[in-house]
Amino acid sequence: MKIIYTDVLIIGGGLAGLRVATGVKERGHDAVVLTLVPPKRSHSAAAQGGMQASLANSKMGEGDNEDVHFSDTIKGSDWGADQMVARMFTHCAPKAIRELAHWGVPWSRVKKGNRTAIINAKKVTITEKEDAHGLITARDFGGTKKWRTCYTSDGTGHSMLFAMDNKAHEDKVEIHERQEAIALIHNNGRCYGAVSRNLMTGELTAYISKATTIATGGYGRIYSVSTNAVICEGIGQAIALESGVATLGNMEAIQFHPTAIVPVGILTTEGCRGDGGLLLDKDGYRFMPDYEPDKKELASRDVVSRRMTEHMRKGKGVKSRYGDHLWLDITILGREHIEKNLREVKEICESFLGIDPAVDWIPVRPTQHYSMGGIRTKYTGESQTLKGLYSCGEAACWDMHGFNRLGGNSVSETVVGGMLVAEYISDFCDSKDSDIKIHSSTIEKFMKKEQDKIDELLSNENGEDAYKLRRRMEEIMMEDVGIFRNGNDLKKAVDELEELLKRSKNIEVFRSKSKAANPALVNAYRTQKMLKVALTVAQGAYLRTESRGAHSREDYPKRDDANWLKRTITSWEDENQTLPTVTYEEIDISTMELPPGFRGYGKDLTEHHKYTKVRQEIVDDKIKELQEKGASRFEIQDALMPFIDKLPKKYRGINERLGENV
Amino acid sequence: MNKDTNPRELTINILRFDPHDENDFPHMESFKIQEADGMTLFVALNEIREHHDNSLKFDFVCRAGICGSCSMLVNGRPTLACRTLTAKLDANITLAPLPLFELIGDLSIYTGKWMRGLNERLETWIHDKENELEVDKLEERMEPELADEIYELDRCVECGCCVAGCGTIQMKPDFVGAVGLNKVARYHLDPRDKRTDEEFYEMVGDEDGVFGCMTLLGCEDVCPKDLPLQSKIAYMRRMMIKAAMK
Repeated sequence: MKIIYTDVLIIGGGLAGLRVATGVKERGHDAVVLTLVPPKRSHSAAAQGGMQASLANSKMGEGDNEDVHFSDTIKGSDWGADQMVARMFTHCAPKAIRELAHWGVPWSRVKKGNRTAIINAKKVTITEKEDAHGLITARDFGGTKKWRTCYTSDGTGHSMLFAMDNKAHEDKVEIHERQEAIALIHNNGRCYGAVSRNLMTGELTAYISKATTIATGGYGRIYSVSTNAVICEGIGQAIALESGVATLGNMEAIQFHPTAIVPVGILTTEGCRGDGGLLLDKDGYRFMPDYEPDKKELASRDVVSRRMTEHMRKGKGVKSRYGDHLWLDITILGREHIEKNLREVKEICESFLGIDPAVDWIPVRPTQHYSMGGIRTKYTGESQTLKGLYSCGEAACWDMHGFNRLGGNSVSETVVGGMLVAEYISDFCDSKDSDIKIHSSTIEKFMKKEQDKIDELLSNENGEDAYKLRRRMEEIMMEDVGIFRNGNDLKKAVDELEELLKRSKNIEVFRSKSKAANPALVNAYRTQKMLKVALTVAQGAYLRTESRGAHSREDYPKRDDANWLKRTITSWEDENQTLPTVTYEEIDISTMELPPGFRGYGKDLTEHHKYTKVRQEIVDDKIKELQEKGASRFEIQDALMPFIDKLPKKYRGINERLGENV
Repeated sequence: MNKDTNPRELTINILRFDPHDENDFPHMESFKIQEADGMTLFVALNEIREHHDNSLKFDFVCRAGICGSCSMLVNGRPTLACRTLTAKLDANITLAPLPLFELIGDLSIYTGKWMRGLNERLETWIHDKENELEVDKLEERMEPELADEIYELDRCVECGCCVAGCGTIQMKPDFVGAVGLNKVARYHLDPRDKRTDEEFYEMVGDEDGVFGCMTLLGCEDVCPKDLPLQSKIAYMRRMMIKAAMK
C-alpha cells in the first residue's frame, strides 16, 4: 500500500487550490496539490472578463468601496448569501488583487485623459484622472453599481492562474499531476486525506494529511450544455457527499450565463455587454430595455438569462437547427476595441463560428455556467460536519453568492477564499487538534474499498453503458432542472435520476479493460458519482417551493422569505440510499447588516419574513444615531455586523484608495 | 453554420500506442464517422471514444482554445485540436501525438511535466527582494501601454506547439524553445522583476538558450496564440549580446 504523508492535502490545482497551497507553505506547512491536469490548464484559466475588487481607480468606479461591493453582492444573491462571509470577502478583494499585481499579473491600467466608451448604445467620453494614471483600471459588469471589474484584456483568469502557478513553483509547492481523488479517508468525524488514482498508471495512493482541502471547482458538466471545462464534473462535491459525514449546501443554485455561443456552449464574456454590447432578437430589435428599463443588458445574470428565455418563448428567437438563439452585437464597439479588450472573444468567434465579431452578430443563448452550491463550510472554509475537511472557491458553499453570483465575483472568490482558508488551515495545523490519529488498517480499508469498486467495474458483464446513463442524466438536468423550473418536471427528473442511479450500480466498462490510463473506466466511476450530485441538485430544486435568484419556479414565482430564507443542506449518510437526505439551515435576519429587500428587477414578488421590518428599523436607527455622532463608515458597519475579528490578523487592515486612507 | 448539405464521411487515422501495454506497439488505426455541422476535432474524437473505441486517449479541458491541453499533430502540423473545425480539413484526417513530449497513450502527452521543468529552470516568476508586499497599500503604478505589452507575451498557453515545430530542439534536447525564450522576454520586460541583464544572460546566454536558435521559425508559424516569437527571440539576442559586451 502506497501512503504519502503531508500536512495539507489540496485537491484541485486551480486558482483557489494554488492560493491555499502557497498560503500554508508560507506558514511553514507542507502541501501537496493533487490535480487532474497541469494546474495552468485548470478551468480558472477560462475566466475571461475580470475580477471584482473595489479599488475605485477609474472614473466610473469613483466612490466605490467595500460597502458598495457588499451591497451589490448581497442583492445579487437575492439575500441568500451569508452576509458575514460576503463582508470578509469584499474587505479582502482589494488585498488579493494587489497581491496578484505584486506576483506579476499584468492588470490593465488607467490611462489619464479622455477615452471613448459605449454606454447604453451611445458613444461617451470618459475623462480619467491624472492621479489615477497607472493604477489598476476596471470595466462594467452586470449587477454592479460601479465599474469594479478589474481585468487583463479578456484573459483575466489565464493571467491570474499563470501568476499563481508560477508563485507555487517559486514556493516549491509539490504538485502531483493527473491524480484524481476518488474517496476521502476519514474516521470518527475527522478527515485524514484521500484515496487518489493515478490517471496514467491506475495506481492508487493514500494521501494522509492533517487538513484536506477540496478546491475542484463546480459541477456544470452534469448538464448537457455548459460553458464549463470538461473536467468540471463535480467529483469534489461527490467525494465529500460520499463520506456520509460532510454536507453540501444549496446545490440547486445553478447559474446560467446569458451569452454562450450556439451550439457548442463556449462562453463569450460578460465584458462584451459590460463594454457596451447589445442583445438583439430575430428582428434585430434590442429587447432588454423593454424588460429591464434600468439595467438593461447589465441586469444580474440570472435576470438577463430569464428575460432572454422569455423573449424566445414569445417567438422572438432566431431559429436554427440547434434550437432558438438570440444575437449578441458587439460590432458597435469597433474593431480596435474588440482586438485589444475582447481578443479571446474574437478568437472564439473565428475558430468556432467562422465569423468576425467586428462585423457579424454572435449567436448566443443562456447556458449552464456556475455552481453557487457546493461543499457547505463555516466561514473558515472547514466543513460544518467533517473536521479537517476544508473547501474553497467554486467547489464550496462558503456562502458568499447565495442564489446568484455576480460576474467578476468568482475568480475574486477563488483568491480571497484561498488566502483566508490557508490561514485558518495553518492555525489548525499549528494546534494539537490536528494530530493524525488514524490506524493504518483503517487506511487500508479505504484503499481496498476503492480498489474493489474499480475491479468490479472492469470485471462486470452484461452491465449498463456508462455513457448512456450519463447522457440521459445530462439531458434530464438540461430539460427539467434548467432556467425555469416547475414541480412536475422536477419530480419527474428526481424519479428518473434515481432510477439511473440504481442502474449505475451495475455499470460495465466495455471494450477497454486496462487498469492504467483508461478513459472508459474513468467515465464509469465518475458517472456513478455525478448521478448523486445531480440528485442533490434536482431534489433541492424540487423541494424549494419559491423563486430566489437563479432558482426560478414557474409554479412558485414569489421569493418566499417567510418560509424559505434558508439554505438547503444535502447529505448521503448511507451508501445504499438512492436519494439524498435533505435538511435546512435557517438564515438569521437578526444578524443581517442588509435586511432582505427588493432587488429592483421586474415586479416585486417578495413574501417578506415578519422579522425583516423589525431588523430594518433597528439597522436604520443605528445608522442614524451613529451618523449624527459623526461615526465613520467603518464604525457604522462594525456596529451593525462586526466581522473584522473573524479575519486572520494580517488581513484586518483598512484598504487604501485614492482619496481615502492614503 | 446553417447550411444543410449532405454530410461527408470522415476517415480519421490516429497513431495509437499504449506504453502501459507490453504487447502494444505504435500503429495507425482508422475510424469512419459522419461529419456534423460545426464539428471540431473535440467533437469528432469524443464521438469516436463514445461510439467506436472507449479506450482512445486524448486530452481536452476547456475545449475553447484557452487552456492549451489538446495540442496534437493534425495532418502533420502542431495545433490545438479543440478549435480545429473538420470542415476546414480534407475528409481524410491524420492525427498523431505531439512529438518530443513523454507519451501517456495515443494522443495524450505529458506536456505538464516538461513545462514545469522549463518554468523551474527559467524561474518564471517575479524576482523582487526589495519591495515587501503590503496588501493594504495602493498598488505600484505601471504605464498602461507597458501592461498591455506584458500581457501580449503573457498570453502563452504552454501548449507545446512551438516545441513540436522547432528544428533546433530536435538536435539540442536541452534547448529552451520559443516558449522559454518568450517567457524570458516577458519577465525581462516586466519592471516588477528585478533580475539584471547579467542574471538573464547567465540563464539563457548560451547554446541551449537564446544563441541556440537556428532561426527556422517554425515556432511562430504554428503558435496558436500568434505570439510575436520571432521578434522576441531577436530582441532577447540583442539584449544578451549587449549584456555579454559589458
